[in-house]
Amino acid sequence: MKPLPMWRRYERFFGPDPAADAKDEVRFHLDAKTDDLISQGWKPDAARREAERQFGNVRAVQRAGKKAGERMEQRKRWNDRWSDYLRDVRYTFRKLGHDPGLATVAILILALAIGSNVVVFSVVNTLLLRPLPFPDSQQLVWIGPPPQKCGKSCETYSADAYEEFRDQTRSYQGITGYEAFTGPDNLRLTGHGEPQPATGIEVMGNFFQVLGVQPKIGRLFTADETRMGADPVVLLSDPYWRRQLAADPNIVGKTIDLDSTPTTVIGVLPPSFDYGAVFAPGSKVDLFMPLILDRERMWGNILTMIGRVKPGVSLPQAQAEALAVEPHLCWNIKYPQSCGQYVGKDSSIYLRTLKDYVSGRLSRSLIVLWGAVGMILLIACVNLSNLLLARAVARGKEFAVRGALGASRGRIVRQLLIESLVLSGSGAVLGLGLAEVLISWLAHQGSLALPLLSTLRLDGQALGWTVVIAVSAAVLFGLAPGLRMAMVNLQEAMKDSGPGAGLGRKHERVRSILVTSEVALACVLLVGAGLLLRSFLKVLDIDLGFQPDRSASIKVEYDDNAPNEEASNAKRSAVFQQILERVSAVPGVEAAGMSDYLPFGPNRAWGTPIPKGKTYPPGALPSPLVYVISPGFIRAMGIRLHGRDFNWSDDQHGQPVVLINASAARVYWPDEDAVGKILVSGKTELTVVGVVDDVHEENLEGEQGWEIYYPAMQTGPNGAQLVVRSSLPPAALAGSVLHALRELNPNQPSAEFRPLRTIVNRAGSPRRFFMLLVASFAGLGLLLAALGIYGVISYTVTRQKQEIGVRMALGATTTRIQRSVLLSTLRLALAGIAVGTVVAMIAARLISSLLFGTSPWDAVTYLAMALALVSVALLSGYFPALRASRTNPMSALRAD
Amino acid sequence: MDRSKLEFFRGTLDVLILKVLVWGPLHGYAITNLIRRQSDDALLLEEGTLYPALWRLESKGLLNAEWGLSENNRRAKFYSLTAEGRRQLRLDTKTWQAYAEAVAKVLGATQPPLPEESA
Repeated sequence: MKPLPMWRRYERFFGPDPAADAKDEVRFHLDAKTDDLISQGWKPDAARREAERQFGNVRAVQRAGKKAGERMEQRKRWNDRWSDYLRDVRYTFRKLGHDPGLATVAILILALAIGSNVVVFSVVNTLLLRPLPFPDSQQLVWIGPPPQKCGKSCETYSADAYEEFRDQTRSYQGITGYEAFTGPDNLRLTGHGEPQPATGIEVMGNFFQVLGVQPKIGRLFTADETRMGADPVVLLSDPYWRRQLAADPNIVGKTIDLDSTPTTVIGVLPPSFDYGAVFAPGSKVDLFMPLILDRERMWGNILTMIGRVKPGVSLPQAQAEALAVEPHLCWNIKYPQSCGQYVGKDSSIYLRTLKDYVSGRLSRSLIVLWGAVGMILLIACVNLSNLLLARAVARGKEFAVRGALGASRGRIVRQLLIESLVLSGSGAVLGLGLAEVLISWLAHQGSLALPLLSTLRLDGQALGWTVVIAVSAAVLFGLAPGLRMAMVNLQEAMKDSGPGAGLGRKHERVRSILVTSEVALACVLLVGAGLLLRSFLKVLDIDLGFQPDRSASIKVEYDDNAPNEEASNAKRSAVFQQILERVSAVPGVEAAGMSDYLPFGPNRAWGTPIPKGKTYPPGALPSPLVYVISPGFIRAMGIRLHGRDFNWSDDQHGQPVVLINASAARVYWPDEDAVGKILVSGKTELTVVGVVDDVHEENLEGEQGWEIYYPAMQTGPNGAQLVVRSSLPPAALAGSVLHALRELNPNQPSAEFRPLRTIVNRAGSPRRFFMLLVASFAGLGLLLAALGIYGVISYTVTRQKQEIGVRMALGATTTRIQRSVLLSTLRLALAGIAVGTVVAMIAARLISSLLFGTSPWDAVTYLAMALALVSVALLSGYFPALRASRTNPMSALRAD
Repeated sequence: MDRSKLEFFRGTLDVLILKVLVWGPLHGYAITNLIRRQSDDALLLEEGTLYPALWRLESKGLLNAEWGLSENNRRAKFYSLTAEGRRQLRLDTKTWQAYAEAVAKVLGATQPPLPEESA
């Protein structure tokens, strides 16, 4: 082989051409073959034909050659590019290694920003974006009215209404529901040592089928098990099975004693099914029993309704059908006058997807959170842009030299972008670690009443999001310095050696703009956080109607089984009196009383009492929430009372008495004292013996509805919560109170002794959660802004060292120098605050629905924000100012 | 026996190409000639099938290709072995010899094998 001489390479002057290569190669073969054949004595024409015959399909081979060549060419190009990138990355690491301080700061800032973004994305994704953890969950709908003042009783349905609705609608594959009035620790598991409290809930027989949940082991309920007289059966939640039954793999078919009733375990639900996360945020449910409709028929509204619509049925279609069916629903089919009661202006069925029911009301908060965390990312980017710009100035010559040696602008911009990518990539890795820690911590915050939170985890989508924000951050903060560098005039850059040259000044302007925007962003965050904080403080200040501090509650077991209601009432009165006497005698107890329901828990309403002698059109008066309480409860709760409390003689032999709340009294007897007046409920006349303050029942922030209290001696309560008011901390009291209860009833389980403050805090936990997050983002924003200001001022001071030296040599005092530096700091901060205030006012309008008792233009918040920013700015300008004033004129002038 | 019926087993062509290139760079036509001559005209290949095989080996990195001038100053593409190609040749040669030996043993057998002893 002889090498191809240079001049013969003209044929590929315009780059590689695989098609021509293949053609040439085949042609050479045929030519050579023809020559050989001719030399063997063939005629030229025949020789050519023979050569082609022996070769085979010439065209096909050429085509294959073209393809193979193109593939190889492509691979070669990729390899070149790849090794280019590798070289750039290696160079980047070397460069960053020269300046470890900057790299560390940059990576830390990015880690914080990206980490918090990933956490918030995961929360938003879990609560808002991702479908519920059920198959085809978009088909699941919540059938019920919008939230009602009279609590759950007005949002649920009776057994008869459920059956009517199920039978008259056509849109659903199945309709199911659960018993809505179950409180925590409503069951006792006995037979395993000390009685253990457990939370069980009755669900309709088809509950799991409609949701699409399959048991991990065992089976679901059968139709027979939802009939009267069926043997009791139970399904276990996975955590309960592990915790309480040691994950016994042969549990199916065994019996456990629940409230002393032997109950057969028929299955264990999968770990992915978390009832509390979806239906009762902040609580856990251990056991599931079949709901027997015939047994519940007389109980009134106790059922929620959840439907799975047929494929192809739209929400508006189902809604129209529901409204058409609603007038035919009867509270109880035996009483025709109870038909049609579910229709109402604000209480008619309002179909929502189950997802919307579970987390819809959080969407605004979550979106605000997302915005806040996005702003953090923006501030971080601006900050880094600033840092890198400062570095780019220092590297101006390096790039000028590279440019002079033939590096294209694209290549230099690429180098800078790769540097940004390396930084943001490292930040993302660190941030992911941070996010993982935070996310697993959040997922285990059982006391946080946010739905689906327990299903929070760092998943593939979060990883994808991390990549997206890391890359866009890199582009965002790398592009500005990159473009600036690329646009630099080479000669100028080479000449620009002395301080105070033109390039430096131009950079400074850009950097000032960047810092100003950073301050403005921080300003928006601070205002948002401030407004949310003010709202939160306002919520803490709400008069709850009772005093949660120094009170605690425990669920009490008692036995009032008796052949008839009268005997049962008498037995219960005696038991309650005994218990309360005993508990009151415990040292430290100031007051004790019992109620079947507590605020912020389950609640119910029944009937609509009417003031004697007045008439109202049907539906004009709301149903008050009902509490059945013992004497002493009002005092133990710290509820203000006008009139008198119940006493033990308000029993079935005395006249029926009630307490009502102020809201009800105001409407029943406007401008009159309600005490002593008579309410009529059915045929019973109830004497109002006292009026109590409105107690917040459903939520902290809404308006309260009506409340009515019946004495437990006259009306059967639905369980008993003992409330104890004491001067001692609840924990110190728990033992002695439990001991007293055990003495009276050895079966009293060791239920949790819950301070009422905990219950209130749980109700306020979502607001606290959002407020804390936004506040920490604001803090982070402030810190980043301070860093940015410090960076710019400090850089300016360094650059003007000579100038300052001259001024000092000419007699400028230290104070004067300091003042001028601080003034320029202040100028930056004020510009930022001015822009930020305008943006913040727009943003505040957007979040106004999240505020409570706080105007979006709350002057205090804005003033505090401005004050905070100015002081932080002055603080971050102070150190450079100090440094400037300590400049030694002689050495400054001698430098360079 | 009809010589043209002596068809190539799959993969045979690759190892033959590698082998003939041991002695230095060759262009495609020279490779066909060499294979034919070295097998004493026993192995005939349809010449067109050689090129896809060459390109495949090139893209696998077993061959290196370079344009050069042939004996009569024509532009031709010359192939040579890469280090990877040499390694592959050694490997393939061993495999082929073992294979051929095994086949020869079976075909040359004069009596049925002894019954297998159960260990």
